[in-house]
Amino acid sequence: MATKELVARTGNEAMAEAMRQINPDVVAAYPITPATEIVQLFSSYVADGLVDTEFVTVESEHSAMSACVGASTAGARVMTGTSSQGLILMAEILYIAAGLRCPIILAEVNRALSSPINIHCDHSDTMSVRDSGWIQIFSENSQEAYDNMIQAVRIGEHMDVRLPVMVTTDGFIISHGLEAISMLEDKEVQDFIGPYKAAYSLLDVEKPITAGGLDFTDYYFEHRRQTAQAMKNAKKVILEVGREFGEKFGRNYGFFEGYKLDDAEIALVLLGSTAGTARVAVDQLREAGVKCGLLKLRVFRPFPAEELAEALKHLKAIAVMDRSDSLSTAGGPLFAEVRSALYDLPERPAIVNYIYGLGGRDITVEDLEGVYRELQRISGGGQVQETIQYLGVRE
Amino acid sequence: MANLKQLAAREDLLTGGHRACAGCAAPIIVRQVLLAAEHPVVVGSATGCLEVTTTLFPYTAWKVPFIHNAFENAAATISGVEAAYQSLKRQGKYDKEVRFIAFGGDGGTYDIGLQSLSGAMERGHQMLYICYDNHAYMNTGIQRSSATPLGAHTTTSPAGSVIPGKKQYRKDLTAIMVAHNVPYVAQTSVSHWRDLTSKVKKALDTPGPSFINILSPCRLGWGFRPEDTIELAREAVETCFWPLYEVENGVYKLTYKPREKKPVVEWLKKQTRFRHLFKPGNEELLAKVQEHVDAEWEKLLQKCEVE
Repeated sequence: MATKELVARTGNEAMAEAMRQINPDVVAAYPITPATEIVQLFSSYVADGLVDTEFVTVESEHSAMSACVGASTAGARVMTGTSSQGLILMAEILYIAAGLRCPIILAEVNRALSSPINIHCDHSDTMSVRDSGWIQIFSENSQEAYDNMIQAVRIGEHMDVRLPVMVTTDGFIISHGLEAISMLEDKEVQDFIGPYKAAYSLLDVEKPITAGGLDFTDYYFEHRRQTAQAMKNAKKVILEVGREFGEKFGRNYGFFEGYKLDDAEIALVLLGSTAGTARVAVDQLREAGVKCGLLKLRVFRPFPAEELAEALKHLKAIAVMDRSDSLSTAGGPLFAEVRSALYDLPERPAIVNYIYGLGGRDITVEDLEGVYRELQRISGGGQVQETIQYLGVRE
Repeated sequence: MANLKQLAAREDLLTGGHRACAGCAAPIIVRQVLLAAEHPVVVGSATGCLEVTTTLFPYTAWKVPFIHNAFENAAATISGVEAAYQSLKRQGKYDKEVRFIAFGGDGGTYDIGLQSLSGAMERGHQMLYICYDNHAYMNTGIQRSSATPLGAHTTTSPAGSVIPGKKQYRKDLTAIMVAHNVPYVAQTSVSHWRDLTSKVKKALDTPGPSFINILSPCRLGWGFRPEDTIELAREAVETCFWPLYEVENGVYKLTYKPREKKPVVEWLKKQTRFRHLFKPGNEELLAKVQEHVDAEWEKLLQKCEVE
């Protein structure tokens, strides 16, 4: 059990510290706001000899992920970090990393996508690569970012999984917000993650492998099916690793976390830092007698559909809060998934979608109270007037 | 340096049975390169003819560890493999002596992969990048690249009734690599096995990054009979269209000087991609091709301090 006193760390510092303690064999990374600090801090660990890492200072995020894939296929434990345009520049190789079953860990700081160019938080970047075959874990604060990074190694490298993992924080809100966190000892981290032994390596020159070969119609589907199975297997592993982390260090992790959800009639479903704001809204409304709750989703890929349906089935009305827009006109990406997950319930809660906080637009307790009030109206028998709404925007 | 008899006794590390066209120079180049390597190698390849014809799952033609990642990132990918090697070696987790080679066609090297190549060269990885330059995007069906010569017909620089093939000169990639100040840069041709293998050996023995540009005639894209591949490569050298030279720590050296410099038309006329240049009205363009070859050759002779 970690009993160390609390230390003050920003999200970026927490992620960089986790990387230092994980001590990966290779890091290939390129700076981008608001994730730059992670790369800078890690460079200083390399310069000061605190890690054994070979640090590849690539000329772009595309090359960062390309080098990560090369290093991972060569049997190394590999990490990187990025945000926004950097993540989508990597997009092509993110798919390849998953297809080649490289358990690369990526510290991703959620930021809006151009155009217009904007450096502040929303989830458009991470959502845009949601089907790339990466496990996606969202963090509410620096502590979770730190804990998630450490767990990500175990999850991604598990033999039944062998998939890359991105751990996300919210740009500036978490990445640059100073918080008190509890860190593990270096040795505790090393003992928890264990050494990495790749199943295959390019450096095994006596047993040469060919990685990244060409599949035609006769094999491509089978290989994609195996990746889908790995993602399915990841569900079990994520829960096992979260439980073990809780037993060892006192902080438990699952697919999601409910807040005053069990006896609630209405609830929000959301990702990341907005959870803290929502808890305040829940507390205030509870004092006023409103039976409201919150479900903060931690794992977006694999998507825990059955578990979510089970956790939400007793509700009368749900608002899914999307900090990105799919521009599909049928709601944000989180909404589409949650709504689909509830489809098989014999009695489905009413469900609405709010797209909020794009480009770092602030979301307040009052904004969320307003959403709960609307859910109250719907749960009391009122009609859903608009299923998909934009919250906090000038129209 | 091993002689032909010694090289022939070494194991072929790219097997037959791959699906490259009859007469394709790329597998011949790869075999020469791998024969010249005296340490175990790990190979990477850009997307392209070489990759698709040698790695059709569940088969592979490679008897060495091989990775294909994407089109534009062979250099970055191999730089990652090399980084893993350096890290594991430094940590005492790996003890073999290995060399790293990335292959790319001209599309994956001159064009879409230039940034990745430039970055890897600048960072100073222990790696050799080899471009098999066949003058166009052959894998997708002969589209022009920045390596396509002036006047050549490709499917995206077609010889039409108004425009006679490609309007631009080739990019001089070898010069761009020299400008990176890497320890070893060379240009060679599949037709000159001794020149090719000794340059590969030199590159692999050089500490730090190295680059070799190898002329790789494409029978489909250039339009010649499959049995003439080596002859077409040789003629490019004899006409000084494709000079053989190396630049070691900034010092230029001409490694082959034709006894008699042949006119470039001798080479052009054997390829259907230049057929239209010989029609009446294109004399000026033909002259321009020759002038350009002459000027570039003269510049190279000066750099190599050859009379």
